[in-house]
Amino acid sequence: MTDENLVRTPLYERHQQLGAKLIPFAGYEMPVQYTGIIAEHNAVRQQAGLFDLGHMGQVDVSGPQALDYLQRITTNDVSQLVPGQAHYSMLPNPQGGVIDDILIYRRPGGDGYMVVINASNHARDVAWMKQQEAALALNAGVRDISDETGMIAIQGPNAVAITKTLTSDPIESIPYYAWDKASVARVPVLIARTGYTGEDGFEIYPAIDQATTIWDALMAAGADKGLQPIGLGARDTLRLEARMPLYGQELSDTISPIEAGLGWAVKLDKGDFIGREHIAAIKEQGPKRKAVGFRTTERSGAPRTHYPVGVNGSPVGEVTSGAFSPTLGENIGLALIEAESAGVGKPLQVEIRGKWIDAEQIKMPFYKRPGA
Amino acid sequence: MSNPSDLKYTKTHEWVRLENGVATVGMTDYAQGELGDITYLELPDPGTSVSATEPFGVVESVKAASDIYAPVNGEVVETNEAAVGSPDVINSSPYEGAWLIKVKLDGDGGGALMSADEYATYLEEVAH
Repeated sequence: MTDENLVRTPLYERHQQLGAKLIPFAGYEMPVQYTGIIAEHNAVRQQAGLFDLGHMGQVDVSGPQALDYLQRITTNDVSQLVPGQAHYSMLPNPQGGVIDDILIYRRPGGDGYMVVINASNHARDVAWMKQQEAALALNAGVRDISDETGMIAIQGPNAVAITKTLTSDPIESIPYYAWDKASVARVPVLIARTGYTGEDGFEIYPAIDQATTIWDALMAAGADKGLQPIGLGARDTLRLEARMPLYGQELSDTISPIEAGLGWAVKLDKGDFIGREHIAAIKEQGPKRKAVGFRTTERSGAPRTHYPVGVNGSPVGEVTSGAFSPTLGENIGLALIEAESAGVGKPLQVEIRGKWIDAEQIKMPFYKRPGA
Repeated sequence: MSNPSDLKYTKTHEWVRLENGVATVGMTDYAQGELGDITYLELPDPGTSVSATEPFGVVESVKAASDIYAPVNGEVVETNEAAVGSPDVINSSPYEGAWLIKVKLDGDGGGALMSADEYATYLEEVAH
């Protein structure tokens, strides 16, 4: 079953050569697994994994009024970013829901910003950002640079050591949520100490025509350190264990950042921004729904997105993401439930194939890497 | 992994060994490959009646859940508890280590079963 309209990243041939199982994802033909989701998940936690992220989008925002513009259209405080620093944020809609979750990187020279957006929201985000630039009459220089920008992640306990063999730049000194220019495998890149796995490592941004060079160099450099290519299947189980949200599941147009437990990425005091009043009201009154983490306490299949969640047989919400956790060896999940039922230690049930399965609400993240 | 020639096969990718009125049932190599890493298995209790083409159990992988269908009519007399405890054996050893249930046949058992060759031809049609 192929769809000729699917886009391929520059690394498509590599995925084919590695025997990847390819699936449609956000309009792209992407690897969901190579050897197996559990083996790949474990490789990232124990050694290192390499991810093709060519499907994600990048938007340059470097005009003279870039800062004012980004402050208005995002929830986090962009004025806090020093050159070379990054933060997690969201694009709110006027009703206080979320259009997308994003990373904003302030360029190392201080001259502008790069916003990284989800593949699934690429067209919508760019249209919204350009529309707001015009509506706010701010010269922000919004430019979609996805077609020029490659993106590859290397994550895991050996990720930094592997990457270090390909550069003489002090990349090991780049702090968490910072980035810098470097030369990796003699390719000029921006290299960021960010990721979506809960492990140490980098997200690397070469020019798009150098993506294959970076991939090949890392695969060779990592061969004796257990580096494996990692598909979207393990990407999902890794981020869930680290309690990282996935847009479309934990976040949506009708879920507030406050309900989603992401109020830490909302800075109401930074000044006015889209949806601010609605978000502030929910924060002040207390959200009616809350995101909670849980584990099942009796033997069952995995909890999955949209499965009903209840207390004493009465529905209180639904699962937003759930899976068998390879690292923990048990079923875990995130659910959005009525606030009165939320609380670590409180009971919960998940409906799996017509049966209420016992679960308990637990502290998050489900997994924290040693030393973090 | 080729499909053993001493077994019979269903269109829903189960294999069957018929011996002295007892059917041993498992999932084929094609099925485990399609599912990916198997994380959970649910089997019926001994004594349960099963009917050909009706589901008798559930198998889950990281990405999917799937019913397992009985190839014959009869009564479950034994289940593979080791496979329930370590369902990944279905991935690593779908024919030997991962038999799932043994069924005492009701009459001749019924069921539309294919030979190994017929199953191989069938796979060429379904497996894009």
